[in-house]
Amino acid sequence: MRFVLELGRIAAFTADVARAVVTPPPRLGAFVAELFNIGVLSLLIICVSGAAVGMVLGLQGYNTLVRFGAEESLGAVVGLSLIRELGPVLTALLTTGRAGSATTAEIGTMVATEQLDGLRMLAIDPVHLVVAPKALAMIAAMPLLSALFIVCGLAGGYVVGVALMGVDAGNYVSSLQNAVDFRDDVLGSVLKACVFGVLVGLISTFRGYTCQPTSAGVAAATTSTVVVGSVSVLLFDYIITALWGV
Amino acid sequence: MNRSPRRDFIVGLFVLAGLAALAYLSMSVGGLSFRNQGGLTVYASFDEIGGLKPRAPVVIAGVKVGQVVEITLADDYRARVRMDLRRDLKLPVDSIASIVTAGLLGDQYISIQVGGDDRYLDNGGTITMTESALSLERLIGKFIYSFERGGTSSNQAPADSNP
Repeated sequence: MRFVLELGRIAAFTADVARAVVTPPPRLGAFVAELFNIGVLSLLIICVSGAAVGMVLGLQGYNTLVRFGAEESLGAVVGLSLIRELGPVLTALLTTGRAGSATTAEIGTMVATEQLDGLRMLAIDPVHLVVAPKALAMIAAMPLLSALFIVCGLAGGYVVGVALMGVDAGNYVSSLQNAVDFRDDVLGSVLKACVFGVLVGLISTFRGYTCQPTSAGVAAATTSTVVVGSVSVLLFDYIITALWGV
Repeated sequence: MNRSPRRDFIVGLFVLAGLAALAYLSMSVGGLSFRNQGGLTVYASFDEIGGLKPRAPVVIAGVKVGQVVEITLADDYRARVRMDLRRDLKLPVDSIASIVTAGLLGDQYISIQVGGDDRYLDNGGTITMTESALSLERLIGKFIYSFERGGTSSNQAPADSNP
């Protein structure tokens, strides 16, 4: 019952945000500022995590493949798992924790300190000025961060596989290039990242916008963003994979 | 919202880096190419292609000269394979295309044995002489069948399986 109510609210909220995005004037300055907060400040955690995941994949993949004498397929294993699954999903989870929670807390604090009410008094739509640029920046940043995550992961897998384990460098790269297809794998990866960006962007701003105007309310909204955001990312990952097979 | 040129510049760098990563994944790793039409298109029909897939390499003497673009079923129920080869390649009309396997269980690719004719294939031409994929399972089946019959040809089957 509460779930259906929430779903209806978030749908109405989505329509509000979409209307605010197309309403002039475009809030370009706010959008760039949010892109800085969400995208640039998440770069370090994304790149380090990507490299770490790639290195683990390289090690695990090598240890399994070497039993079958198929260690030259290491590039395909690392590349396909990163591009199809781990890149978009882990980026979305990390971004939820790193930037989604901050977005909720920021908007929630604005609600609690009645800043949004102040904007309404000035006849400025807070969705237009505050919420829409944040949601839009999340949607724009997610595919870019995911691509950087994947590239760092491929480099990490290369370092472990080629430099440490002694897989031939040409074999690593050529098995990677032979296994990965643009339409099936790379486009699917970008599609996933975009869907996750929409999910995380809307959930984090919605939680902040509708939070109880108390400090406990802000805390609850931030927790809820991380929980609901992460779970819905994983659920949608399954749905997209099942429907489109990417 | 205050705007600072330095922050805008950093954001621009971030967007550029992200787009560069996307481009690298699409073009270098994913094999997307915008000048696909420039190559030499050659067709070949096979009775059995086994596990051949689009983007499988086409090699001459082990050197990659192109890739498989498309595999369709022709009207005569044979597999018609479209290959995109290097433009400067001159293939004699009596060249032989065969599907071979890298290693025992590896990926399959097309190997072309160059013929000796002095006429060359045009763009869109068809290689008429082809050699189908060797199906290991079928060979083993044949071997066991002839072995059970106790036939004299039992030592012929494994000799065939040498790719």
